[in-house]
Amino acid sequence: MNEIRNFTMNFGPQHPAAHGVLRLVLEMDGEVIQKADPHIGLLHRGTEKLAESKPFNQSIGYMDRLDYVSMMCNEHAYVLAIERLLGVTVPVRAQYIRVMFDEVTRILNHLMWLGSHALDIGAMTVFLLAFKEREDLMDCYEAVSGTRMHATYYRPGGVYRDLPDSMPKYQSSKWRTQKSADRLNAARQGSMLDFIDEFVARFPKAVDEYETLLTDNRIWKQRTVNIGVVPPERAMALGFTGAMLRGSGIAWDLRKKQPYEVYADLDFDIPVGVNGDCYDRYLVRIEEFRQSTRIIKQCIDWLRNNPGPVMIDDRKVRPPRREEMKGDMESLIHHFKLFTEGYSVPEGETYAAVEAPKGEFGIYLISDGANKPYRLKCRAPGFAHLSALEEMCKGHMLADVVAVIGTQDIVFGEVDR
Amino acid sequence: MPANLEALKASVDSALGDRVKKSVVDRGEITVEVAAADLLAVMKTLRDEPALAFSTLIDVIGMDYDGFANEVREGPRYAVVYNLLSIVHNWRLRVKVFAPNDDLPVVDSMIDTWAGANWFEREAFDLFGILFTGHPDLRRILTDYGFIGHPFRKDFPLIGNVEVRYDADKQRVVYEPVSIEARTLVPKVIRSDNRYDPALKTQK
Repeated sequence: MNEIRNFTMNFGPQHPAAHGVLRLVLEMDGEVIQKADPHIGLLHRGTEKLAESKPFNQSIGYMDRLDYVSMMCNEHAYVLAIERLLGVTVPVRAQYIRVMFDEVTRILNHLMWLGSHALDIGAMTVFLLAFKEREDLMDCYEAVSGTRMHATYYRPGGVYRDLPDSMPKYQSSKWRTQKSADRLNAARQGSMLDFIDEFVARFPKAVDEYETLLTDNRIWKQRTVNIGVVPPERAMALGFTGAMLRGSGIAWDLRKKQPYEVYADLDFDIPVGVNGDCYDRYLVRIEEFRQSTRIIKQCIDWLRNNPGPVMIDDRKVRPPRREEMKGDMESLIHHFKLFTEGYSVPEGETYAAVEAPKGEFGIYLISDGANKPYRLKCRAPGFAHLSALEEMCKGHMLADVVAVIGTQDIVFGEVDR
Repeated sequence: MPANLEALKASVDSALGDRVKKSVVDRGEITVEVAAADLLAVMKTLRDEPALAFSTLIDVIGMDYDGFANEVREGPRYAVVYNLLSIVHNWRLRVKVFAPNDDLPVVDSMIDTWAGANWFEREAFDLFGILFTGHPDLRRILTDYGFIGHPFRKDFPLIGNVEVRYDADKQRVVYEPVSIEARTLVPKVIRSDNRYDPALKTQK
């Protein structure tokens, strides 16, 4: 009789279901996973070391590029850490804008997750539907910051500028008729808040549509129910946060438990799973769509009625206005100093964490009193989740590895940093 | 100091006793420094003591204090910082431990206390060369296969030591010494701003 041996299989880094550049070395017994060894670091850019060589403000853009599907949440943790070290308080309007964009980002991220997760397990349609809605939120990013993805919109002391009064509009061209441009511009006639308001009113229907396609779908359930089960004690020991922890039945959300900005004043619920499998985590994230929509709606209503500053009035941290610089020598000096040297941050260390779409994204910042960080450490939720991949996959079939990678919502920008 | 923080400090002090070498409360966060020899026992206490119940290890951070505040470092250079989270009590605690030997920085692995420590410790080893006793699989994690050195140490150049390119003649990727020059775009300056001077603050 022939001897039966395990065999080793290489998965990725060039694999559509590997979500970027994950290389998995799998030890298989037939089609059953015995061991899974993720090899990461193929996207390692040394963000933390680069940040040590630049003034504080110049690293905000690097934060966007960590978890590149939830850009503003990463910026948020970074500016929170700087603000805590500087001891500055952000104007309330800026806090509302930040919360609103955090939730826009959460929807952006979850749409990306839902689309690719479903695509990995064999449902193509959801991907197309999700990306349709995603485009509108990208337009909000663009309206407010000028870029669709890497916004650099949050700054220590507030946000870069107030919300715009008009939305960019489509123009007719050789490829787009006037009629279709008008159709696309229909929702873009008012301010940016009107545009998001329209989105918020429409989006719950879109979520229902995704649910019609997936929630009771027999194939979807076969692929996700009882796959990658994590008991609550294990989830805590493994350092899980976010939907991965809530899927296992632990009601833990930093927005509720350690509220930052204005989350304490807002009304929303935290969905919690029961079984800790891929299906429960799916349900948790779907509910987060609805809760985020609720939060955005509350922010829109507040922002409409409460104009005000969106940046602190501290010339040592924020640059002076352009017109002031033309006539005021002091402003010119402040501007020059801020953009050549930056500001010095008092000595100390702090850990600022936000509830990013993927879990707890934290920045541990140490300053020695200089104009650059002495050390910056990004606590990426995906890093902790991916380290548990072997435990979640062991004993499952090869096809379930794809489901587990999908449910962990892995993005390599943050895992590799 | 908020009441919540005071309660945490009292619990930590009573559970750890004189094993706490230094305790700092700053900006609503508590940092506790312990000796490397006590680390394993201290962490087990922090996890198992019901009054503390730090069930989650949020992060493990390697540190290199070389040249901190532009001063010559006295005392050990490498440290490991643990960010802990208690989900039951909604508390955070930071534990700092210095590795006694600069030439061979070694601390105990937390892998038996929190399973999540595995990759975090591999990362600290990879980037700082800090060794963790009892870690079953201390391999490099973020850097390239066959990488030499520990890139996040303060004496490791930002531009690195080697660069890679595809050599058409040899039909493979080759490693060569870096061809770019290191440059500093913005020099590091430490300004003692009077806004942060504690002596001036109390006078107000």
